[in-house]
Parts: sequence; structure tokens; C-alpha cells
Amino acid sequence: MSEATQTLPAAPLDAKLGRKAALNTLTRLGRYTAVRIVTLFITIVVAIYLTILIANMGGYVDEIRRGEIRERVQQLVLVDQTLRQLPAEERAARLNEMIRLEEKRLGLDKPFAVRSLNFLTNALTLNLGRSQQITSATGSRQVRLILLDRLPSTLVLFGTVGFFLFFVEIIIALSLSRKYGSFWDKFFVAMSPSSSAPGWFYGIFLILIFAALLGWLPYGGMVDAPPPPTKLGYLLNLLYHMILPTLALTISGVFVSVYNWRTFFLIYSSEDYVEVAKAKGLGSREIERRYILRPTLPNIITGFAFFLIYSWSGAPIFETIFNWPGLGRVLFQAVSAYDTPVILGSTVITSYLLAITVFLLDFLYALVDPRVKIGG
Amino acid sequence: MKLPAFTKELTRYPSAMIGLFIILILLIISIAVPIIIPYHKAVDMWRGSENMWYQNPKFAAPAWLNIFRRQKLAESLAISTADGEASKVVTVNEGGASTTTEMVFTFDYTADVFPQEMILYFKSTFSEKQPFVSITWLTPDGRELRVGDFAVNRSQAYWFSQDSKLVRRLGGMDPRQGLFLLDPKAEVLRLVKGTYQLKVSALNFEPDAQIDAEFVLHGQVSGWAGTDHLRRDLGVALLWGTPIALSFGLVAALATTVAHMAIAAAGVWFGGWVDELIQRLTEVNLVLPFLPILIMIGTFYNRSIFTIFGAVILLSLFGQSIKGLRATFLQIKESGYIEAARSYGASNARIIFLYLIPRLIPLLVPGLVTAIPGYVYLEASLAVLGLGDPVLPTWGKVIQDAQANGALYKGLYYWILQPSVLLMIAGLAFAMLGFSLDRIFNPRLRGI
Repeated sequence: MSEATQTLPAAPLDAKLGRKAALNTLTRLGRYTAVRIVTLFITIVVAIYLTILIANMGGYVDEIRRGEIRERVQQLVLVDQTLRQLPAEERAARLNEMIRLEEKRLGLDKPFAVRSLNFLTNALTLNLGRSQQITSATGSRQVRLILLDRLPSTLVLFGTVGFFLFFVEIIIALSLSRKYGSFWDKFFVAMSPSSSAPGWFYGIFLILIFAALLGWLPYGGMVDAPPPPTKLGYLLNLLYHMILPTLALTISGVFVSVYNWRTFFLIYSSEDYVEVAKAKGLGSREIERRYILRPTLPNIITGFAFFLIYSWSGAPIFETIFNWPGLGRVLFQAVSAYDTPVILGSTVITSYLLAITVFLLDFLYALVDPRVKIGG
Repeated sequence: MKLPAFTKELTRYPSAMIGLFIILILLIISIAVPIIIPYHKAVDMWRGSENMWYQNPKFAAPAWLNIFRRQKLAESLAISTADGEASKVVTVNEGGASTTTEMVFTFDYTADVFPQEMILYFKSTFSEKQPFVSITWLTPDGRELRVGDFAVNRSQAYWFSQDSKLVRRLGGMDPRQGLFLLDPKAEVLRLVKGTYQLKVSALNFEPDAQIDAEFVLHGQVSGWAGTDHLRRDLGVALLWGTPIALSFGLVAALATTVAHMAIAAAGVWFGGWVDELIQRLTEVNLVLPFLPILIMIGTFYNRSIFTIFGAVILLSLFGQSIKGLRATFLQIKESGYIEAARSYGASNARIIFLYLIPRLIPLLVPGLVTAIPGYVYLEASLAVLGLGDPVLPTWGKVIQDAQANGALYKGLYYWILQPSVLLMIAGLAFAMLGFSLDRIFNPRLRGI
């Protein structure tokens, strides 16, 4: 992947050659994407299989499914008039027989190796079963629906904050590297250790100040109850509720990232080719854009992706503190209610989310770094 | 870098010195606390068996709050004759058939507000006839108020606010207020500050009967750290949380850093499929949802700090820092002295542990120190999720209790602020030291 090959000719001799090169790049891009998707898929399979092994070490998944079957069969027996008239012993025998058959039908009598593979295919196809208590917004008990319900809220929060931070941090870091040693530069360096605390931690303080003491902003939630009727009103209300979570994530993430990137920029601005560019008399904007920002872009993207990954993995607490109805919050609720199918399901979904992030990161990485040519 | 040069370099960074100073204090606390409050005692205290915390009020603020308040809050106190804090004089009455026990509870009341509750706990031993007590209240200005007269059981609590006769005697005023007022019937109520005395005179009708009493006053503040919804002294958790947080952070950071180092070195040294496998495992590790898996382990198996600790180590074994270390090891592998070691036939383990890894120790130290806060906060995060160790008092568990009991909504800020500030101080100290070490050890950052 990291082999450096020349794909885009600097000045195509004729149009035909240019088209051919473009086609070449396209096929290479396609092949690269395919290979990456396959490797990542294998990675996800391994990760989810490990998750299943961890979850099933104590036989919990089986127990839950057995319990489900028993409950369902008992319901069936209860409503069946002819069965209800049977003597108690015979009815119990009949019940057990039905449970045995149902377990056989669902493959619970098979050895664990086979069953775990069954569960793996179910998990991979997002056939996540039914929850025990938690319901989706429409009242369904389908774990897939419950989780898909919550996914947009998580994406809205972390996606928006991520992009916002991404640009703010680069702009600040660039201006700091220009004014190396200034007050604000020193300020950011001094503040960078504050990023050792996670977002939820600052969330507590922010809620304390802005919601409890000052009463300016809501304690949490995504929109008011009842939500505003108009689309614009809804959007504004959503933004209003997003101020504190955004602030918390910003405080926990911005200083260390700005510090790291400013350092990168400083290191790169002492490279010889930057000196040459300066000697050539290029403008400082031009130098920044072409000789400093460009080579550091892969690092910036890595930093960004890691920020997303870490925020997602920290989401259960963050969303609980802010009462944000996202994936993390549902995981927290599932833990409190011992709703195992939901815990497993959200673990699977989180794996997928992480894998997609890693995939996009790889892809972007290859796009912006000419040294890492796609498909090389 | 030699040690003297290094220390000199370190003193140039004020943030490193502040960090070191805080870490030192935390370390001293961590060593002292388990000696002063042994483990089993701390666990018992935090479990709070029935008779552990009855002297404390619920949701009491910490005592240091009074320093910042103009209107001083009442401090909780407990005076017992059994401990000798209150005087107790036993005299044999004429005839020798009965005894009189005079108990005097003396305390200073300097608060500007009334107490939450006052209780007298009696403990007596007798075979048939109950002792009879009469209680009098002496104010600092010399007035004497009759509180009550009644017979007591072997174990009995007398709640001042529940005594309707006393309320009537005070002209309908709540005893918690009436007893402290200069004149309950006045237009402007005035609280009398000073030394109060509570006299309990008990008449025992059996010569060998014994009686002891304890006077408990529940104020608005209690102890230096306040109390929670179970009347527990938060100081126990704040103190014991220090060694737990520190050891969890230190050991986890050390274990993972060393493991990453060894794994990266082994991968580079053996190359081939070992290297490939390690790299693939690192990728799998990135996709493994860390917190959800820890949550599953906590929910399904057990929440002991050792289980969680083991899981944390296993889950971070193939962490992302392996990638960076691998790149560095690849460079070192080509250096001449490694070549020399190989040519004289040094074993693989020798080369990895004695020649490869030591070269990276300057990189290891800052990484290790900066990794500590992450694990300290991780332990707290798990506790906030309700997956904290079931018996240990930790900072995270205090935050969780506070969060679950709506401390922020009820205005009980001390409850959530104290553990949070401690967490922040600990995290910041390590981060500040780590960042400075990084700037000292990392040649690329020299001069920046």
C-alpha cells in the first residue's frame, strides 16, 4: 500500500495517454477499495466473533434465548384451549417437548462452535434479535430497530462536533505556528494537559455552571418536550441543546489537538523546502497551504479519525450525562436493565461504526498523501 | 541523558515541577491512607452497616463550606457518655435501692442557622424496672428549660422535634428552633450563640442498673467532606479513592506501555508472519469496541477491580501506539550494534529486551506518564456507568451516587465537585509532567 508509484503524469503528452492514466487510476482505486473492504470486513468478523465469545463465555446468550423460547411456548400453551384442559402433568410434559423442539429448530442443541457461527451470521446481517425490555420509538422490540432509531442522534452530535472541531483546530494551530512564542501559543501549550479528562467530565462542570447555577442552557436532552412544531424551530431547538455537549467535547479535545498540530506545523515549517519557498519569495499563505498544510494533512486526518473513534467509544457516559438519546445512552440503559440482546447488538453496531471510520480514514489518507498511492 | 542533566532540564519546566509536586502529595496520601484506615475497615465503612453512620445527617455539606459563608451553617456533633466526652456522675441514693446518674452534655453552638435534628440515644441495662430520665436544657444566657421526663427502654432514641409536649411548652415552636431562641414569642427572633448544656438526670430503680446516653446534633455540615444519601462520610471515599485511582492508573499504564514495547519489538525482530499477525491484530483491536466490551464483562461476569483491570490490559494489548513504535524499531534494527550483537550470536530475547527496548526508554517514559490520566479516568468512567468495584470506595463511585441521586438538580454541588476536582488534579498532574517529559526526551520537540 505504501509503495510509491507515479500514477498521475505531471503533463500528459496527449489526451489518449491522459485518459488511459485516469482509467488506470480508477481501476486501481476500485481494486484498492475492494481489497480494503475485504480486509476490514474480515477485521469486523474477527472483532464481532471475539465479542460473541466474550459474551457467551458464561453461556449468557444461550440462556437468554432459552428463556425467550420458554416464555413464548408458555404463552402458546396458555392460550390453547385444548392444552389447557389437559391434566397438569401431561401439560408440563407437552410444554417441555415443545420447548425441546423449538430449541432444536433454532439450533440450540448444536455444539457451541456451530451456534457461535450462527450467531455471527445473525450479527453480521444485523439480525440482532429482540430486546427484553427496551423498545424503539415505534414500540418495536427489534434490537435492530431500537439501535437504528438511536443512530442518527449519535451521528448528529459527534459528526457535527467533529467537523466543527476539525476546522477550528486547524485554523487555530496554523495561526499559532505563525506566531510561535506568543501569549496565545503559550496559553494553548499550557492548557494542553487539560485534554487528559474525557468529555463527560467537563460535561458535569458545564451542566453545573450553565444549567444548574445560571439556568441559561438545558440540563440535557436533544429537544424540548414537546418538540417545536416547525422544522426551523426544531433545528434551532436542537442546536440550543447541542451547545453544552459541543462545548464539553471541545474543551476535552481542542487543546491537545491544537498543540499536536501546531507542533507538526512547526516541525514541517523548518524543512529545507519551506526555506527554499521562502527564499523564492512566495507569500506566507501560499507556503502554508502548499508546503506545510499539505504534508501534514495525513496526520491531521488520523488525529481527526482517532478523535471520532474515541468519542464514539466514550459515548455511553457522555450521552448519559447529557441525556442524549443516542447509541451510547441506549447501551447504558441496557446495562442498567440487564437487556443482553441490546448490549450485544450495540457492541456489534459500534464495531461497524469503528470499521467504517477506519475505512474512511484509510481512504482519505491515501487521497491526500501522494507518498501513499492508492492501490500501489 | 544523564540524571543530573535531566533533573536540571526538568526544573526548567514549571508545569513539570507543579505536576511532580502534586503527584508527590498524592503518593504520600496513597501510602498513608491504607495505614490509617485499613482496607477492611474502609470497605466496612463504605458498606455502612446499620450502626456505622447514624451520627451523621444525610446530604450534609462539607465543613470547609463555612469558611466561605457569612451565614455559618451548623456543624454536626455527637457527644457520648460511653466515650467519656460527656460527664457522667453516679450517686447512690439514700437507702441504697436506687441510683441517680447525672449526665451533662456541653457543646458550643456558633452557627447562624438552626440544626436539622437533635437526638438523644439511651442505652441502659436493668432487669425489671425501667430507669426514669428528666432532661433539662441550659442556654448560654442562663435560662433553664424543661425538655422532658420519661422512662427509657434498654435502647431508645429520643427525637427532640417529635416531642409534642415540648412543642407545646415552647409555645408551638419547633424545638429545633425554640430551644435556641432568646425569646420564642418575640417579634424578631434571635438565635443565642454560645455554650449550651443538656442535663440528663436518670433515676435507676435497681442498684446495679446502668445507663449511658449519646447526644447527636445533625447540622447542615458534617465532616470535612460532607455526607451522602446513606449518611456516609464522603471523606472515606475521597481518601481511599486516591490509592485506588493512582495504582490503577500507574499499573495499567506501565503494563500496557511495556507490553506495547515488547510486542512491537518482537514483531520487528522476527518479521514475517509474526509482524504481519501483530499488525492485523492491531487493526482488529482498533475495531473492537473497548467500552461496550468492558460493560459486557462488568454486566455478565463480575465487577471486581481486578477483573476489570485484567480486561482493560487484555483489550489494550494491541493498542495503536504499536504502529509508531514499530516504525522506530525498524530504524534501530538496522543500526550497527544490533548487527554486532547478531554476529556474536546473541539470543533473540537478549536482543529484544537488552538492545532494542532500552533504546526506546526515553520514548517510553513520557508515553507512560501521559497514559496514566487516561486509565485514572477510565476507572472513574466505569464507576460512573455503574460498573465500579462493588465494595471499594472510589472517586468514580461517589460521582455515580451523586449523579444517580440528582446532586446537580438538588444543588448538592459538593457531592459531585469534590471527587471531580480530585480526579482533575490527579489527571492534570500526570499530564503536565508527561507533556514536559515529552518535550525533554523527544528530540523533534527540542526548542519548540
